[in-house]
Parts: sequence; structure tokens; C-alpha cells
Amino acid sequence: MTPESTGGTTASKGTIRVLQLYPREMNIYGDWGNALVLQQRLKWHGYTPELLEYNVGDEFPEGVDIILGGGGQDSGQLVIQDDLQSRASLLKGMAEDGTPMLLICGLYQLFGRFFKTRSGPVIPGISVLDVETHGTDERLIGNVKVTTAEFGEVLGYENHSGQTTLGPGVEPLGTVAKGTGNNSSDGQEGARYRNIVASYLHGSLLPKNPAIADFLIRTAVERKYGTFTPGEADDRFAVLAREHAARRPR
Amino acid sequence: MFSLSIPLGKFVRRVSRLRGGGSALPGLVVEKIDPGFMQRTLSTLPHGVAVVSGTNGKTTTTKMVVELLESQGLKVFTNRTGSNFTRGVAAALIGDVDWRGRLDADVAVLELDEAHAVHFVNRVPPRYSLLLNVLRDQLDRFGEIDKTAQLLQHIASKTTGTVVLNREDPRVARIAGTLQGPEVLYFGLDDSLLGTFPSDDELRAGPGSPVPAVPQRPQADVVLRRVGADDADFEYDGVTVTTGMKLRGVYNIFNAAAALALARSICGSGAATADHGTLLKALSEVAPAFGRGESLTVDGLPLDLVLVKNPSGFRLGLKSFPSGGYATMIAINDNYADGRDMSWLWDVDFDSLRAAGVDQVTGSRAYDMALRLQYDEVQIGAVDTDIPAALADFIRKGKGKPKRVFCTYTAMLAIRRELSKITTVEVVS
Repeated sequence: MTPESTGGTTASKGTIRVLQLYPREMNIYGDWGNALVLQQRLKWHGYTPELLEYNVGDEFPEGVDIILGGGGQDSGQLVIQDDLQSRASLLKGMAEDGTPMLLICGLYQLFGRFFKTRSGPVIPGISVLDVETHGTDERLIGNVKVTTAEFGEVLGYENHSGQTTLGPGVEPLGTVAKGTGNNSSDGQEGARYRNIVASYLHGSLLPKNPAIADFLIRTAVERKYGTFTPGEADDRFAVLAREHAARRPR
Repeated sequence: MFSLSIPLGKFVRRVSRLRGGGSALPGLVVEKIDPGFMQRTLSTLPHGVAVVSGTNGKTTTTKMVVELLESQGLKVFTNRTGSNFTRGVAAALIGDVDWRGRLDADVAVLELDEAHAVHFVNRVPPRYSLLLNVLRDQLDRFGEIDKTAQLLQHIASKTTGTVVLNREDPRVARIAGTLQGPEVLYFGLDDSLLGTFPSDDELRAGPGSPVPAVPQRPQADVVLRRVGADDADFEYDGVTVTTGMKLRGVYNIFNAAAALALARSICGSGAATADHGTLLKALSEVAPAFGRGESLTVDGLPLDLVLVKNPSGFRLGLKSFPSGGYATMIAINDNYADGRDMSWLWDVDFDSLRAAGVDQVTGSRAYDMALRLQYDEVQIGAVDTDIPAALADFIRKGKGKPKRVFCTYTAMLAIRRELSKITTVEVVS
């Protein structure tokens, strides 16, 4: 091999380990997109991504830098609930310690205190977030636009019948400009706590909201390596897709 | 009994056709003034009603069942226009009955949308039902796929004779355990083909995640054993037969196994003697239904339209139609009939397009599609949300190359409309 053929690659600034939680049961709304976006953007920023997954019964990997949790059907939540409980203190410790996490829909609900389903049974959560969720007959479905202080306008799609209310221990991610959000009464969407972003928005969320993706990456890198120097990300299509999505009817 | 509803319905049908209008309006009129019309008429059929439902492939499968039964000499009533709502069935009936409301047919084979089928079977219990699959499609309508499975379960529970189930779709196969009355038959796949149809539950774990072991499956009445370039092997009655196939795409050919199972069951119940030779000949001659895997000719070269509306369908489309040597366009709309939720695009792998790239991306969600391709490192020629302009550009730049267009439903309609200006596009009445 000639020296030129390897000359183009710059040395990695370091490895970042991204863990998908329960991708087998909790991945219904394109949650793979969030993992893929972190993987590619880590590369663009000069880091080496390592994508890991954790399913029911697996050994929990060491040295996880970012956690992704996706959406699932009610039946999926029932399958993972015991295993999730067995990992509660570990996940709570990581959250308190500042591990960046993105929690969408089903795992947003289960990272709260409980999900009281409409038919009666209460699925206990792991109380990482001070939120509670109540199942309803109303299904909230459609395009959503959220105004946030931290990430500007956040765009996505919602589809849930559980309605979540925030306790004093968390902040909302933002205010709903189009769509419903956490519940049909207070006009708030998602939750922010330490380095956790929790939201009902899929779409997937990260491709069209690179500001959130880069927040997770920056936080993970700073925690591990002290400083973060971003690389070049081509967000041309993300910008156009955002503009277009903002105009789509509910 | 003579009723005014039929002449009136026929009149509305004639007028709405002159105006080029929708196919369901006459059905709506008749249902309003004569609510028992559909049930009364269909109950006269000697071999009853067969309902075909599921997320994907209803139209082409229904067409196959109809042509298989016709090959056995049966007169079949069907809702050919793909209007798969109850009033669409009533509208089709109005076209086929005589002025006294009599339907000259032996059996009805009806394609029904999952949600509307529930209303239909409450009024007209079918003698047969064929339940194809429950895929992650139209979640913006149904909320969860478990809900879609419940709709299909309801159709099965109302079936009086035979329910034909997809053995390889766990949500469909599981319906068998809930049934007491009807006989259950399965159509299935050879083990070697199972990997081609990953279930929605294994849709997207991380790369390299283990494939779950194949569980014990019940005996299937018809099994698809092999798919070739233009033929396929099916096994039934303990014998493997090879037949040519005009239909392309493994999912269509799997649905041919479903159609064979249903047609054989209807014939076996005394409607006709299922003759192997004529059945297979009919199967080999089935052409795709309107807009489903059609091949048109543009500038003397083929242009394939591949309808995609959910991750499984798109992945199967990419697998069935390799991109080498072809110019490729992807057209994604998010109108109601397409599904408004775009998240499913992230559950499709586009790696197979990396080598040849995508020449053109269009549709109302063109930028979402472009963004998706960008993250799979697929090169894109051009992006334009305007379908007519993008199609013209695609055809101009792709001169001398066969073409392939992956498109959602309303994008497909728009593309057909544009293509009909430059080539002959088959029109279904």
C-alpha cells in the first residue's frame, strides 16, 4: 500500500459509544434514523462511532456515551417492562451523572414514573424523569412544530394515545406551535432534564433536527474528552426538509 | 322485488362517468335509499363471498384469485376498480346487476380495506377470507399495527367457511388460535425464502443483530418454494410444480401462493374441479394490477413503476428490482392516501442504490427522501418537489437507459397522468 492511499484519512478524535435501548421492541417510528444520524454525524465531526444495542436479557455494555430510546406499541412496552425495571438504578445513575439521552414516545413514557393504560393496568416506569402518563381514548396524530429556547424550531410527527404531564422536576422541551404534544391541555411538548431530551416527536427526530443531534454529540464528547471541536456537516437537505415539513398540514 | 334504487343507481353511475367522476358515488346513493341492497344481492351467489384483506398486495392478489377462478369456468363478481370501501362494492354491484337487481355470478371476490372490511363483514358475513399481512403501514390511520391485526381478526371471526392465513406473518398466523368456527388454511414460504421477508418486528435492530430462530410452523396448503427470474415453484398436494410468471417482485409471487390457496379452496368446496393445468396457465398469465409494478414504454425502453408505501414494501421493491443499468427516480408524497407519516423511510436500507446512485428525487417529501439517501451515502442527481418537472428532467437525462420509478400511491397517479401524455398507459375503467 502506498503512503498516498492512506494519506486522505485524518486520525479519529476518539470513539463515542451510542447505545440503542431495546431496538427489537421499541423501534416503531423510524427510530433507526436517530441511531444512523448520530453514527454519520460523529464521523463528520471526526469521531469514531460505535453503535451498540441492548435488548431484553442482554449484558449491559460498558462505557456507553449516548443512549437512544425509541417508541413501541403498548404490547412492546409490556415485553420490556421487567427488564427495564432491573436496569432502573443503572440508568438513573447514568442520567444523574449527565449521560446524554434521547427518549422518544414509548421510552419517554417508561422513563417517567408510570404509564397508566386506559384498560386499567399501570406499567411502572423507572422514575428517571418526573413525568406521568395516562392512556386515553384520543389518539394524537399528525405533523408537529415545537418552539424551543435551546434548539430553535423542532419538527416532527406524533402518534400516541398516552398523555404525559410534567412534574416540577423537569422542564418542557418546548411550546407547541402546531400539533398537540405531551397532552391535549397545556400546549407543552417533551421534557428536558440534565442531558436528557425526551419527546413524542418521531419523524425520525434527529435527521430534521440536527441541532439536537449535535447537542447529544457535543455533550458526550465534552464529558469524555474535555473539549469538542465540530467538523463540517452538510445540512442542505435537512434545511430544505425542515422548511417543507413546517408547511405540511397536520 | 322491484325497487327504484337500481335504475337510479345506474343513472347516477352513467352521469358520474360522463363527468369523469368518482367510482363510489352511485354506491353511496343506492346505499342511502336502499340500505339492504348489497347484502340482498350478494346473498344470492351460490358460492358466496370471498374477502381479501391485509396491508399490502390486496389489489393484485384479488385480481389473481379472480383470474384463477375464471379459468375454472366460474363467473366472478369483483370490485375491479380498486375501490375497496363498502360503497365501492355497492357501486361495482350497480354496474353489474341487471335492471331487476339480479347479479349473474357464481361467487364474489372482494378486495376490502382493513378498516372498511369490518363494517362490510358485519353486514355480509363472507364464506371465505384471505388475510395477507399486517405491515407497518398507515399508522397515521390505525395508530398501532396491533390494531390492524385486530381488524383482520374480526374479518376472520365473521367468516363462515374457510380462512386463509399467511403462515409467515406472526400477527396474521396468530389469528388461527382465536377462531372456532371456520376451517383454517395457510399459505407459506420455503425456509430458504424466509430471510427475504423479514417481519416488521425484526425490521430495524442494529446491524449484525442475531436473526431469531424459525419456530415450528403449521402445515401450509400452498408453499412458495423458489422464485426465478420469470418463473416460480409452488408446492401443494405434496407435489412441486413450476410455472412461468408475468408478475415480478417476490412479494407478488408470494401472494400468488395466497391466491392459489384461496382459489383451490373455493373450487374444492364444490364450485368447480380445480384443474392443475388451467390453474397454473392462468397464474402464469396474470398481469400486474393498475399501478402495481407496471412496466410502460418510454422512448422505446421500459419504465417500471414500483409502488412503495411502507418499509417492508420498499425493501422488497429494492430487492426485487436491482438498480444496475437502470436510471432510478424516487417519488414520495405524503397525502392522505400515501400516509402522512414519513418516519418509515428511515426503516428502509438504501445501500443497494449506492453503486448506481439515484438520478432524481421528487414528490412533496422529496427533501425528506434526499436527506434519507444522504445519510445512507447514496449520490443524488437532482431534487425537485414538482413531479411533472422532475419526471421530464428524468426522462431527458436518462435517454438510452431503461428506467425505474419507486413511488408512493398519489405520486404514482401523478406520474401516470404525465406519462399518458407521451406513452400509452393502460386505463382501467
